[in-house]
Amino acid sequence: MSSLSDSIETVPALAVRVEDLSITYRTTFERKPTLRQAIVRFGRGKRAIKEVEALRNVSFEVYAGTAMGIIGANGAGKSTLMRAIAGILPPTSGSVEVWGKASTLLALGVGFNKNLSGRENIILGGLASGLSRAEVEERAAEVAEWTELGDFIDMPMHTYSSGMSARLGFSVAVNMKPDILMIDEALSTGDAHFREKANAKMAELRDSARAMFLVSHGLNSIKEMCTEAIWLDHGTLMMRGDPEEVADAYIKFAKVKKEGSAVEDM
Amino acid sequence: MTAPSRGRDQQFEPVYHYYGPHRVGLPPLVPYFRELWHRRGFAAEMSKATMRGANTTTFFGQAWLILNPLLLAGVYYLLVTIIRGRHEPSLFLHLTLGLFAFNLVGTSINTGATSVTNSGRLLINIAFPRLLMPLAAVRTAFYRFLPTVPVYFFFHIIFAPREWHPRMILSLYFLGTLILFSMGLAAFFATLQVYFRDTSNFLPYFVRIWMYLSPVLWLPEMILHLPQWIHTLIKINPLYSMLGGYAELLQEGKIPPLYMWITSLAWGVGVAAIGFLFFISREREFAVRLN
Repeated sequence: MSSLSDSIETVPALAVRVEDLSITYRTTFERKPTLRQAIVRFGRGKRAIKEVEALRNVSFEVYAGTAMGIIGANGAGKSTLMRAIAGILPPTSGSVEVWGKASTLLALGVGFNKNLSGRENIILGGLASGLSRAEVEERAAEVAEWTELGDFIDMPMHTYSSGMSARLGFSVAVNMKPDILMIDEALSTGDAHFREKANAKMAELRDSARAMFLVSHGLNSIKEMCTEAIWLDHGTLMMRGDPEEVADAYIKFAKVKKEGSAVEDM
Repeated sequence: MTAPSRGRDQQFEPVYHYYGPHRVGLPPLVPYFRELWHRRGFAAEMSKATMRGANTTTFFGQAWLILNPLLLAGVYYLLVTIIRGRHEPSLFLHLTLGLFAFNLVGTSINTGATSVTNSGRLLINIAFPRLLMPLAAVRTAFYRFLPTVPVYFFFHIIFAPREWHPRMILSLYFLGTLILFSMGLAAFFATLQVYFRDTSNFLPYFVRIWMYLSPVLWLPEMILHLPQWIHTLIKINPLYSMLGGYAELLQEGKIPPLYMWITSLAWGVGVAAIGFLFFISREREFAVRLN
């Protein structure tokens, strides 16, 4: 990290430690649970609770300076793992330790309040992630400019295209100076120009942030950006190691499961 | 569990987080409220943004905040006058005062209830004390209540020009307990709304009935002829002490009886504590439930 760091210490500092982490949550089948349905169900003696084992006994450690790629099929528990590290989902058993401030996960889809302008969403995102008013205002202009959204930045977010909101989400996550940066599928949206810009920014942050997590189905970007990778399947940690090796193993596994599908977008 | 090696971490001054399973459903409360206080700016901004979204910062938006309760007061006053068959300025004053204050509670409940379910991605993507959401809703309700204060004083000048007293300041105590009470209810109903999404459909009826049971459309002396058990029932209503004390002080400058001071504070603190704790004990499940 810095040349001033104590020279005796050769072991790099930990950024994240996940120990025997399991997350099981109960959720309902109904998209919108209502009291009315609950009463109807109660009358029939049914319960609509489903237990989802999103993560099972996952353990790993991430040292400072690591760029960790997370690979896995849809529903493998990648987003759950990210949310656990961000402190959004509490562990059912096991523990997560994080040394540093985790970034927001805004890149995961659209922004949060569609009736507000992009700029207001930036400010809200910054304040929610714990920055002070002054810090947020200082950065909002910077972020707004970085997104290159032009006049759209002051328009309500429901006027945005999906690519534009993904851009905004990425910019908020990246520009709020997080210690632990988490990027979720950000590179799958956005045009070629923005992809390039995002890649450059991530490369820059990989050096300044304590650790970076990249969740992506694009195996190539994991191979390019990351120094380590883990592969999750149905909530279990299948493999951890060099991105190339993990990606290859994952492709092999996926191919065995389902012959002849496109390799890149998995 | 291995202890974190502090020596080599100090150089980064890291913010250390430990997330483990919670035994009793409640996270450690002191850090929780410290964090809540630290991020109060977020609640303020959230509420400001909501009001901007609803155009409450524009001229006609502001005008509507005054016009709406005023029209309501007019309608109710017409109703009460027709039923009673005579015009009574003091009742009109009482009605506006009570209605404006009751609206603060009612709006807090109604907007607070949907504050979590309407937060969308914010809740799934950022870790922050969720209690900020219903509190932001109460802040919004309070800022919608503020423009009605000068309206009341306008009527006060017209209908009771001689009733001014330094004791009126003490009404702030009752306003404070009303706000505390609203916060607790907003948190409580926000939690309920996550589990039963039709809560917000029932609430307006509940709020309306509650208003009729509170001293808004009637004065305490108007119900003296009613049986004793109704009196007891009415006095159990937390808003009886809160609105009653508030109105007595502000309208007549009379010091309310001691029991009103005590019960309103007890209700305010009690409901806030129960509402907050219920909310906090459930809030870690919200991210899962809102998918």
